[in-house]
Amino acid sequence: MPPVVRSLPSAEAEALLELARDLAEQELAPRAAEMESRSEFPREVFRTLGKAGLLGLAYGEEHGGGGQPYEVYLQVLEELSRAWLAVGLGTSVHTLSCYPLAAFGSQEQKDRWLPDMLGGELLGAYCLSEADSGSDAAALKTKATKEGDDWVVNGAKAWVTHGGQADFYNLMVRTGGEGAKGISCLLAAKDTPGLNPQAPERKMGMKSSHTATIQLDGARISGNRLLGDEGQGFRIAMSALDGGRLGISACAVGVAQAALDTAVSYAKQRKQFGQRIADFQGLSFMLADMATQVEAARALYLSAARLRDRGKPFGPQAAMSKLFCTDTAMRVTTDAVQVLGGYGYVEDFPAERYLREAKILQIVEGTNQVQRIVVGRSLTGS
Amino acid sequence: MQSAYGGRRTSMNIVVLVKQVPDTWAERKLKADDKTLDRASVDVVMNEIDEYAVEEALKLKEAAGGEASVTILTMGPDRAVETIRKALSMGADKAVHLSDEALAGSDAIQTSYAIAKVLDTLEYDLVICGSEATDSRMSVMAALLAERTGKPQLSGARKVTVDGGNVKIERQTDNGYDVVEAPLPAILSVVEKINEPRYPSFKGIMAAKSKPLTTLTTADAGIEADKVGLANAPSQVVEFSNKPPRQAGQIVKDEGDGGAKVADFLASQKII
Repeated sequence: MPPVVRSLPSAEAEALLELARDLAEQELAPRAAEMESRSEFPREVFRTLGKAGLLGLAYGEEHGGGGQPYEVYLQVLEELSRAWLAVGLGTSVHTLSCYPLAAFGSQEQKDRWLPDMLGGELLGAYCLSEADSGSDAAALKTKATKEGDDWVVNGAKAWVTHGGQADFYNLMVRTGGEGAKGISCLLAAKDTPGLNPQAPERKMGMKSSHTATIQLDGARISGNRLLGDEGQGFRIAMSALDGGRLGISACAVGVAQAALDTAVSYAKQRKQFGQRIADFQGLSFMLADMATQVEAARALYLSAARLRDRGKPFGPQAAMSKLFCTDTAMRVTTDAVQVLGGYGYVEDFPAERYLREAKILQIVEGTNQVQRIVVGRSLTGS
Repeated sequence: MQSAYGGRRTSMNIVVLVKQVPDTWAERKLKADDKTLDRASVDVVMNEIDEYAVEEALKLKEAAGGEASVTILTMGPDRAVETIRKALSMGADKAVHLSDEALAGSDAIQTSYAIAKVLDTLEYDLVICGSEATDSRMSVMAALLAERTGKPQLSGARKVTVDGGNVKIERQTDNGYDVVEAPLPAILSVVEKINEPRYPSFKGIMAAKSKPLTTLTTADAGIEADKVGLANAPSQVVEFSNKPPRQAGQIVKDEGDGGAKVADFLASQKII
């Protein structure tokens, strides 16, 4: 596939994107279909990405991060997702999982844990949702009680990406009263007694990315693993999600680009009525619309990323970006299946996989309905 | 820290020969005018086996607890800097780039002369190269350099260990392997079986930009200009032609004797 034309801010970023493309083509793409069909989690691929320095790109160099702006980090995510969403989204979730510690942790906490997290030795998970609280995250019920210096946690966190595979879990738990102000954030290690990952969910797509419920049965977590202040958890969770939504946007554009590439390649080879189907105007208009939407989606997430990189508020723009990019991925992947006709509907071609992958992106990190609420409130107040 | 030399010296100098070649998967052509490889019109990459050579040098350095230095040596046009950078971004310490118009079109014998002259300017304990380049496919550089430098040659290594001033390899053979040992300094070539080359890391790519890169002309290296280059080459491409188009295959109809016919065909091709 020809490389996507990108405007990058530095020679450093050019080199990084080239590395990301090499890894995507050589390490991700050849394994994706096979491992997806077996629902196999690609732990080794994440190790390779970690060694190459791709799991801490958006964080400062003092703890081993790559010191890259979001504008660049997101385009790396896009390239990874173009080859294999489970890995691109996993990288996004890992990056999100490092955020509470990087942004709200004490110096001592950061010195202790952050280098291994950013270096990819430790893979992260982020636990906010529960079975009964998804969009209404502030209603979460998992309870942490203080016992001496420790927190003892009981409850269950749902829909945890890397559940059962991660090395550390950010747990959003209730340490105080009702509502957003009673929530705190704990950084739990995977071997914490009482932290019990359940069997992975059987999903429609992105099967190599394991999603599981984390059961917490009297899990004892040391007091020095509280990130930020008591009661600050909801704020931490929401600010992490703003960045996370840009990550999902980039993942969505990667999947959409992959679907477009597949459709274009097929349309140039497939002949009907004695000519390439690409030469039928009806079909070429479809491809043109798909390409235009992908390009617009990319421009939108990059625009929001540049706000973030310049330290400006970007919450509503992140929500618009997540909404638009993931809806675009859904449309473009659906159209790609249409372009391939019957071949689009069978597992021998990747189009149907892209379609199944796109669907989850309209749901995770805030459904697209929640994104509209965020955007609406930014316009008119709540 | 115990050095790889068992205390004989504090540090080992490894030189890795790296060649930039046309992309293995691209269509490669000879130029009509001077019958040399057309390098300008194709994508170029590091010769694949050379990546294994770089990886092995880095591994030897790691095994020596970092008490070693890895120098990349490349002969090639300006563009070869891209390949040198890749080797540096994998983790090599420094590089020497021999680049001179006068070298264009040099054959393997002349190239070994030029590289040997550059090696004379460097301190080295071990020279490592890939077993062959994907463009010329001569597989002779280690042998030619051993001859020119008077150093022992250990070719076709699938495993290398350095210990107490000696280097020992397992040489891949058709039936297994031979163990070959020589005192340092030595010239070594490696095969793909030897390791799995690492990807450059993002930090490695950044660091590569500030690593020392020395560019030498023929004059800098004491190479006599009339001994190199196409016009002075001992071997010349006299004539070439394109590969003939593929012939239509032979279709054998199975009339109960298909197996015998296939066997006859294989025997006629001296395959069985």
